[in-house]
Amino acid sequence: MIKYKFQLGSLFIALMLLTSCGNNNGQKGSSGALNSSAAEKVYVAPGEQDEFYAFMSGGYSGNLTVYGLPSGRMFKEIPVFSQFPTSGYGYSEETKPMLQTSHGFVPWDDSHHPDISQTNGELDGRWIFINGNNTPRIARISLTTFETEEIIEVPNSAGNHSSSFVTENTEYVVAGTRFSVPIPQRDMPINEYKGNFKGSLSFISVDPEHGHMDIKFQIIMPGFNYDLSHPGRGKSHGWFFFTTYNTEEASTLQEVNASQNDKDFIAAINWKKIEAYVNNGGGTKMPANYAHNVYDEGTHTATTTMKKEVLTVNPLDVPGAVYFLPTPKSPHGCDVDPSGQYIIGNGKLSADLTVHSFDRMIEAIEGKKFDGEAYGIPILKFEDVLAGTVKSGGLGPLHTEFDGKGNAYTTFFISSEVVKWKLGTWEVIDRKPTYYSVGHLMIPGGNSAKPFGKYVVALNKITKDRYLPTGPEMEHSAQIYDISGEKMELLYDFPTHGEPHYAAGCPASLLAPKSKKLYRLDENKHPYAVTSPDQAKVVRNGKEVHVYMSTIRSHFTPDNIEGVKVGDKVYFHITNQEQDFDVPHGFAMIGQNTSELLIMPGQTKTSVWEPKQVGVWPFYCTDFCSALHQEMQGYVRVSPANSDLELSWSLGGD
Amino acid sequence: MKKASILMILGALLLMGLFQFPLWNIMLGAPQYPEPLGMNIYIDGIQGMNEFDIQNIDGLNHYIGMKTIPKAIDMWEFEVFPIVIASMSIIGVIIGLFGYFGKVSHHWFLGWLLVITILGVLGMYDFNAWMIDYGTNLDPNAIMKLQNPDGTAMSYKPPLLGHQKLLNFDAYSYPRLGGYLMGAGMFLTFIAYFLGKKSKTINT
Repeated sequence: MIKYKFQLGSLFIALMLLTSCGNNNGQKGSSGALNSSAAEKVYVAPGEQDEFYAFMSGGYSGNLTVYGLPSGRMFKEIPVFSQFPTSGYGYSEETKPMLQTSHGFVPWDDSHHPDISQTNGELDGRWIFINGNNTPRIARISLTTFETEEIIEVPNSAGNHSSSFVTENTEYVVAGTRFSVPIPQRDMPINEYKGNFKGSLSFISVDPEHGHMDIKFQIIMPGFNYDLSHPGRGKSHGWFFFTTYNTEEASTLQEVNASQNDKDFIAAINWKKIEAYVNNGGGTKMPANYAHNVYDEGTHTATTTMKKEVLTVNPLDVPGAVYFLPTPKSPHGCDVDPSGQYIIGNGKLSADLTVHSFDRMIEAIEGKKFDGEAYGIPILKFEDVLAGTVKSGGLGPLHTEFDGKGNAYTTFFISSEVVKWKLGTWEVIDRKPTYYSVGHLMIPGGNSAKPFGKYVVALNKITKDRYLPTGPEMEHSAQIYDISGEKMELLYDFPTHGEPHYAAGCPASLLAPKSKKLYRLDENKHPYAVTSPDQAKVVRNGKEVHVYMSTIRSHFTPDNIEGVKVGDKVYFHITNQEQDFDVPHGFAMIGQNTSELLIMPGQTKTSVWEPKQVGVWPFYCTDFCSALHQEMQGYVRVSPANSDLELSWSLGGD
Repeated sequence: MKKASILMILGALLLMGLFQFPLWNIMLGAPQYPEPLGMNIYIDGIQGMNEFDIQNIDGLNHYIGMKTIPKAIDMWEFEVFPIVIASMSIIGVIIGLFGYFGKVSHHWFLGWLLVITILGVLGMYDFNAWMIDYGTNLDPNAIMKLQNPDGTAMSYKPPLLGHQKLLNFDAYSYPRLGGYLMGAGMFLTFIAYFLGKKSKTINT
C-alpha cells in the first residue's frame, strides 16, 4: 500500500512536469518552434494515461473504435453492427438477436456518426449512440461496459445517414433518411420518383433511466436526400436542422442530376411542436415491421421484439413546425455552434460556408417572409436568415466543429485542409493541410454546448504515402492538431480502423472512473449460468445437449464429457467464475462452424457445436489466462448416432 | 490522580476501536496487480480490502498449494479475541473509575498495562504461528513446488511486520487503525501510570 501511494505521488509529480512542459511548448509553438515540442505534446509515457477518449466510427467495419488522445493509441474495438469473432459477438447464442432485422439476420453494417448522450447540452457520458447506414438502425452503447446494449431498426428509411444525433437532454436520438423511398414500400417504376418518394425523419425517444429507445414519431418529408443533421441547443433547443441535397428529386445519375439547383435546403424542424402534437393524439399510425433488440446485462442475453406499427406525422398537419432554409451548393454537414445561434451549412460544391442565424430565422418566421413553398412547406428567404458567409478560399467544405472560444473549424475535402475561422466576423484565422482529403473532424465535445477545445482530430479519406505501404488496401489516417493557440499546430499522424466518418470525444475523467471492471457473479441471471463449479452438469434434451460449464484459472468444469452422439446439437454454456479485473477466459471447439467465445469475469456465453464425426475432440481456452493456460483444455467423446452410451462428465477423474 | 484516571479510562476505551477498525493489514502487490490485493485482519475475522480480494488471493495461492484464508468460524481466535478485548477494555475502565474515586492506586494502571502487553505478545505469537503454518504447510500436490537455492522447500509466510518479497509479490504487513488505536490506548495508560505516580509524590 505504501508503495502504491508512492507511485501515485510520483505520478502526480510526473503530471505536473508534463503540464508545465506543455505550457512552455505552447509558447514556443506559437513562435515557430522545433518539431520536438509536437512530439512531447502527444507523448504519453509508459504507464500514464491519455487525457481524452475518442470514439471513432468504423464505417464499413460496422463497429466503433475507442482511442486515446493525444496519443492516438487504440484501446478497443466495440462490436456494434458487425459479427465480431474476437469476442463471439453476433456468433454466441446470446448476441445473435442483436443483429436481427426485418430482413432477417444482417451480420454487417456501415456505422457513421457516434454521439455521446447529453444533459443540458453538455456531454454526460452515459451512452454513445451510432447509426447503421445500410440497413437503417440506431445502436446504443453503454459507457460503463463499453458494449452495445440496444439496436433499433428504423422503418421507412434507407441509407440512415443524417443520424444519430441527440437533443440537448438526450430526449431523442434522431435518424434521418438519405434515400427517399416509396412509403410504404411498393412495386412502382423508379422514374416516377418525383413527388412519389418520401423522406422520413425519425425521432427516437430515449428512456432517461435505462436508455431504452422507442420511435416516438416519424415526420414524412418531401422526397429529398436528408444528408446530415444536428440539434439546436441553448436558445434553439427544441429545433433540429437537417441538410438536404437532391431537391431536384432525381432518381438516376444523381452525381449530375442532383447538383443542378444552385441552392438546396436546410430543413428546420420544431420537434417540440410536433412532440406536443403527437402527445395530444396527433399523427397517423402506420403498419410497419422493424426489430428492436435489447441486451440485458443481468441475463447477459439479447432478445428481439418485432414491432408492427410506427406513428407518422405529415408536416403539413402541424403548421409552424417545419421550414426550409435555402442553402447553396448541396450542403453536407449541418452544424450548430455551442450557443445555438448559428446553423452552418457546409456547401460541399462551393468555396464558401453559409451561416444561418437562429434569431433571424425566428424573425423571418414571425414576419412570414416566405419565398414560396415546397410541397406545402414554407421556404424562408435566403437573405432573411443568413448571418454571414465564410469566404474560406478552400474548396469542398464538409463539416464544422467548435472550440468553445468563439472559433469554428471546418474541413475542406477537395482542398484537403482544416480552416479555422471566427464566429460572428466570419474571418479566416488559420488553415492547415490534412493528409489527405479530410472528411469529418472532431473536437471533444465540439458539437455540444461545452467543447473541450484543446485538440482537433482530422479524419482523412485518403492515406497514400503516410505510412509504410501495405499493398493496395490501407487503413485510413487521422491527424491531431493542437488548437490551444491562435494557430493550429499539426502534432501527429495515426492510422484508424475501418473508415471513420464522424467521431466523438470526451475528457477521460468523465468515463474512466465508472468503467466496469467485471460482472458480478451473484448478479448473473443467465438461465444456464453456474455460479460455482460444483453446479456444472450436462443435460440431454432429445438431440440437444446442454453443457453447464464453468471456467476458473486454469480449468474447465467438466473437462471430460462422454455420451455425445453424431447428430446432436451441443450447447456449451460457459460461465467465467473469476471475479478479478481483466481475467477473461476463452472457449473454442475443434471444427466448430462458428467463432470462439471470449467470456468476461462473471459472464455467461453460449456456443453451439454440431459434431459430425465420431471421435474424441478437444476444446481449449483461447485467452492466455494464467501460467497454466496451456493446460486449460478438455475432451468430448463423440459416439455414433445409434450408440447407447449414457452422458457422463468429470473433472480430475471425479 | 484524577487526570491520570481519565487517561486510564480513555486508554482502555481506545481498545474498543478494534471492534470497528482492522488490527492488522497485509497487502500483496505484483507487476500484474498494480492495484494490490489486500486483507484486513479484524479481531473477529479477515476481510478483503476490495470485495473480491480474499477470493482472488485464494485463487492465486492454489498454485502453490496454500490453504484458503480462514473464515471467522474456522479459527477459535476470532471468537476469543473479541471477548478478551472487550473484557480488558471494561476492566481498564473500571480500574480508571476506581482510581478517579481514589479506591485504587496507579499501580493498578501498570498492572493492567502489563496484562494487555502479555496478551498482545501472545496474540502476535499466535498470529505468527498461524502464518508459518499457512506459508509452509502446503498441499503436496501443489501445481508449483518451488525450492530455495539450498534445496529446501520455499516458504510463503508473509512477514509479521514490514516488507518481504514472495515470488512475484511484494508483501507488506503493518498494523491498521484498530491496532494503532490499541497502541495509543496502551501508551495513554502508561502516561496515566506516570501521572498517577507523580501526583502521589506531590501529594505525599
